[in-house]
Amino acid sequence: MRGYLFTRAWQSLLTLFLATAVVFLGIRALPGDPALALAGEDRSPEALAAIRAEYGLDQSVFVQFGRFAWNAVRGDLGTSTRTGVEVTAMLGTALPVTIELALLAILLATVLGVGAGTVAAVRRGRPAEWLANGLALIGLSVPHFWLGLVAILYLSVSTGLFPASGFVPFLDDPVANLHHIVLPVVILGTGLSAVIMRQTRSSMLDALGTDYVRTAKAKGLRPRAVIGRHALRNSLIVVVTIVGLQLGALISGAVVTEQIFGLPGFGKMTIDAVFQRDYPVIQAVVLVTATAYIGINFLVDLLYSLIDPRIRVGGAAA
Amino acid sequence: MTTTTTVPDRGRLLRRLRRNPLAVVSFVVLTLAVLVAVLSPWLAPYAPEATDFGRTFTPPGTPGHPLGTDDLGRDVLSRIMLGMRASLTVGVLAVATALVIGVPLGLAAGYFRACDAVISRLADLMLAFPFLILAVGLAAIRGASLANAAVAIGIAQIPGIIRVVRSDTLRLKSLDFVAASVVDGAGDLWILRRHVLPNATSVVLVQATVAIPAAILGEAVLSFLGLGIQPPDPSLGTMLATAQQFAARAPWSAILPGLAIMLLALAFNVFGDSLRDALDPKGSTR
Amino acid sequence: MSVLTVRDLSVVFRTETGPLSVVDKVDLSLDAGEIVGVVGESGCGKSVTAMSLTGLLPSSANVTGSAVLDGTELIGAPESVLRRVRGREVAYIFQEPMSSLNPVLTVGRQIGEVLRVHEGLKRRDARARAVELLALVGIPSPAHRVDNYPHQLSGGMRQRVMIAMAVACGPKVLVADEPTTALDVTVQAGILDVLRDLRERLGTSVLVITHDLGVIADIADRVLVMYAGRIVERAGVHDLFAAPRHHYTAGLLAASPVPGEHAGTHRLREIPGLVPVLVTQPDACTFAERCAAAEDDCRVQEPRLDPPGGSGHGAACWHPVRQRRGAAS
Repeated sequence: MRGYLFTRAWQSLLTLFLATAVVFLGIRALPGDPALALAGEDRSPEALAAIRAEYGLDQSVFVQFGRFAWNAVRGDLGTSTRTGVEVTAMLGTALPVTIELALLAILLATVLGVGAGTVAAVRRGRPAEWLANGLALIGLSVPHFWLGLVAILYLSVSTGLFPASGFVPFLDDPVANLHHIVLPVVILGTGLSAVIMRQTRSSMLDALGTDYVRTAKAKGLRPRAVIGRHALRNSLIVVVTIVGLQLGALISGAVVTEQIFGLPGFGKMTIDAVFQRDYPVIQAVVLVTATAYIGINFLVDLLYSLIDPRIRVGGAAA
Repeated sequence: MTTTTTVPDRGRLLRRLRRNPLAVVSFVVLTLAVLVAVLSPWLAPYAPEATDFGRTFTPPGTPGHPLGTDDLGRDVLSRIMLGMRASLTVGVLAVATALVIGVPLGLAAGYFRACDAVISRLADLMLAFPFLILAVGLAAIRGASLANAAVAIGIAQIPGIIRVVRSDTLRLKSLDFVAASVVDGAGDLWILRRHVLPNATSVVLVQATVAIPAAILGEAVLSFLGLGIQPPDPSLGTMLATAQQFAARAPWSAILPGLAIMLLALAFNVFGDSLRDALDPKGSTR
Repeated sequence: MSVLTVRDLSVVFRTETGPLSVVDKVDLSLDAGEIVGVVGESGCGKSVTAMSLTGLLPSSANVTGSAVLDGTELIGAPESVLRRVRGREVAYIFQEPMSSLNPVLTVGRQIGEVLRVHEGLKRRDARARAVELLALVGIPSPAHRVDNYPHQLSGGMRQRVMIAMAVACGPKVLVADEPTTALDVTVQAGILDVLRDLRERLGTSVLVITHDLGVIADIADRVLVMYAGRIVERAGVHDLFAAPRHHYTAGLLAASPVPGEHAGTHRLREIPGLVPVLVTQPDACTFAERCAAAEDDCRVQEPRLDPPGGSGHGAACWHPVRQRRGAAS
C-alpha cells in the first residue's frame, strides 16, 4: 500500500510539473508582446524595457519558469499584470465561490442521477423508466446556459423569487449565500446528472442480472435490501468513475454558469485572464486545475477501495 | 470499398429501426433539420443580417415575421434557420476532426499492446481536461471563429472516440476470423483495414451520432461566450447572447433559439440511442 | 412424511415469439431428510422448476399448479409470504459460487444477512452464528474466514460458504442447483459429503439438480429424470441405474461413463438429435423424435408417469425398456 501511495504521489507531481511547464512555455510562444499590452499609452522603448525588467520578461523562458516554479512552491503566484492584485488573493476570493458551486452541483447531480438511474433500472419497462430516460435525453440535449437564461427570466426578473446575479460569501450571510447559489447549482447540477443517470441505469441493469442478486433474492431479502445493499453498491463502482470523469465538464459548466449568473468565481477569472493575456493568472489557473484533477483522481481511487474490497486488498500488488 | 464484412446485416438493422417509433420520428426530424439547414439561404424569408429599425421586437405571429424580430428588427425565423446551418456545420466538422484523429489512435491502442498504455493514459488526461479552457486558449491564440470552435470541440471529443474504438478493436482482435488471418500471415495494417475497421463501423457510427449533439451544444456555449461564431453571422449561440440583454422585453428571442438547439440535439441523441439498441445483438429489449 | 408436494406444476414464459412452455405438469414429492435428485440435460427445465417454487422467476413466467410446503401453498402466494419462505424454509445453493456471492461484502456479512432478516438477530450475534456455520460446513479457521471477501477464498470454500448461508436458518428444503458443476473433481466429493452430513445432522431434505449422473449415484436416495420440461422417469437410485424404464434414461446411462470395475470397458453412446423446445404442448411423447422404440401411438398421445402420483418406480412411456441395462436401444 505504501509503495502504491509513493508511486501515486510521484506521478501526481510529474503531472503537475508537466502541465505547468507546457502552459508556461506555450503561453510564451504565443504571438503578441505582453509588455506591449502592459504598457498602455506609453510605448517608448524605455518604458517597454522597464516593464520587461520589472516582470522578468527580459530573461530566457527557462529562467522565468524556474523563478515561477520556485515562487509557486513558496506559495507566491505573482501579481496580476492587469490589476496588480496578488494572484493568491484573487484565488482566495474566486475559488470558494467555484468550490461551493461545484460541490453542491456534483452533490445534486449524483443524488438525482443515481436515484433516477436506479429507478429506471428497477422499474424496467414501466412508465417510471420512460420518464427517467426521457428526462435524461432532454438533459443531454438542452443547452444549460439557455436554461439558466430562461430561469433568470422567469424566476428572477419576472417573479423575483431568486436574485438574478451576484454572490454573497457564505460566512457573511449563509441564507443570502444559498439564495444566490440555488439557481446556478440547479442549472449546473441537472446538466451533469443526465450522464450520471444513464451510467447508473446501465450498470444497475447489469448488476440486477447477476447471480449474487439472485442469491440475495433467494435469501428472502426485501427488494430494498436487494437493490441497495447488493445491486447498487456494485454498480456504484462504475458510477464513481463517471462522476470523477465529470471534472472537465464540471469546470467548463462552472465557467458558463458563473458567466450567466455573474458569480465572481474561478471560471470568470479564467476567461477574463485569457482575454486579457494576464500570464500570472493563467498560470495559476492551470496549476489549480491540474491540482484539482490530481486531487479528484486520488479521491476516486480512495472511493473505489472503499466500495470494492478486491481493490483494497489487492492494491498492494498493483 | 469492396471488402466483405460481417457487419450485422443491414436489412435486419433497418427493420429494427423501422419498428421503433422513436427512431422513425427522430430520423424524420433530423432529415427535415438537415434539409432546412442546407437550403436555408434559399428558404429563409429574409436575409439574416437584414435590419429593420422600424420593426424591432415584434412578437411571434406578426404577419411577415412568424417568429418575431429581434433588437435590430432582424427576422428571428430566418436567423434560426441559418443558425441551425451553422450549428450542424460545426457539429459535423468537429466530429469529423475527432474521427480523423481518434479512430486511428483507437485502432492502434486496441491492436498494438505497446501503444495502449500511452494512448489510453493520454485519452484519460484529455477526458478530464475542461474543453472550455482549451477553446478559450485556441480562441485567444488564433482568434474566435467557426473553424476554431469546431477544432476545439473536435479535440475535446477525441478521447471518447479513442475509448470506444479501442474497446471494440480489443473485442474484434480476439475473434477467430482475425486470428485466422494472422495464421494466414496477413500483415497488421491489412488486418486492421480489412477486418477490424469495417466491423468497428457500427460503434463508430453510434459514437458519432451522440458526439454531434454534444458538439452542437459546445458551439452554442462558445458562441454565447463570444469565443465561436462572431456577429453578425447568425448562430444560435450568439442569438442567445444578444437576447440575454433584452430577454425581459423580448422573451421569444431568448427562448426560440434555445428550443431550436434542443430540438436538434434531442433528435440526434434519440436517433443515436435507437441505433445503439438496434445494433445491440441482445437487443430484444424494446 | 412429505415435506414438499408438487402437483401439476407448469411454467410458461411469455416471449416475443409467443408463449414458451418450459415446465409441463411436473409432480414431485420430497420426504423429510430425503435427498432427491433431478437429472436432465441443460435446458430441460430442472432449474426453472426449482426457482418457480418460491416465485424467483422473472415476471414473464406464468406458473400454474400446486406446491405445498408443510401445509402452505406456495404457487400464487403473496410476495410477503414467499419472502418469509425463501432462505428460511426453502434455501438455494447455486452453480457458480464465485458469481453467486456478492464480491463487495464479507462472507460473514452475507451469511449474517439471512439470520438478521429471518431471525432478527443483531449484527454481533449474526456474526457469531456465521462463524459457527462456517465451522459446520468444514471451513478451517472460521473466525478468521468470516471477515474474508469471496475473492479471497477458493472455489470449494466459496461453495461451502453458499451452503452455510443456505442452512443458516435450518430450512426444511435445500435446493442445490448444480452444486458441484463449477468445481474441480476433487473438491466435488467434499461438497457432496457436506450435503450428506447436513442431512444427517439437521434432517434437511435436499433437492439436488444436476446433469451429472455421477453426482446422482453418489448422493441421491431417489431420482427424477427430466426431459424437455416433463418428468419422464421416477425411481429409487438403485432401480434407476439397474433397470431404467424410459428410453431417454437408458440413453442417458449409455452416454455416461460407468465408474467401478467396468470402467472404460464399453463405448459411450450419444443420443441422436437435440432436446426439443416446447413451444406448444404436443399431444405426444416429447422424446418420440429421438427414440428408437417410438411407434405411431407415441406421436399422438402423451404418456403419463405410471403409476401416477405415488413414489414407486415409474416411467412416462408407452413402450418401456424391458431388457436389462446394457442391452438397451
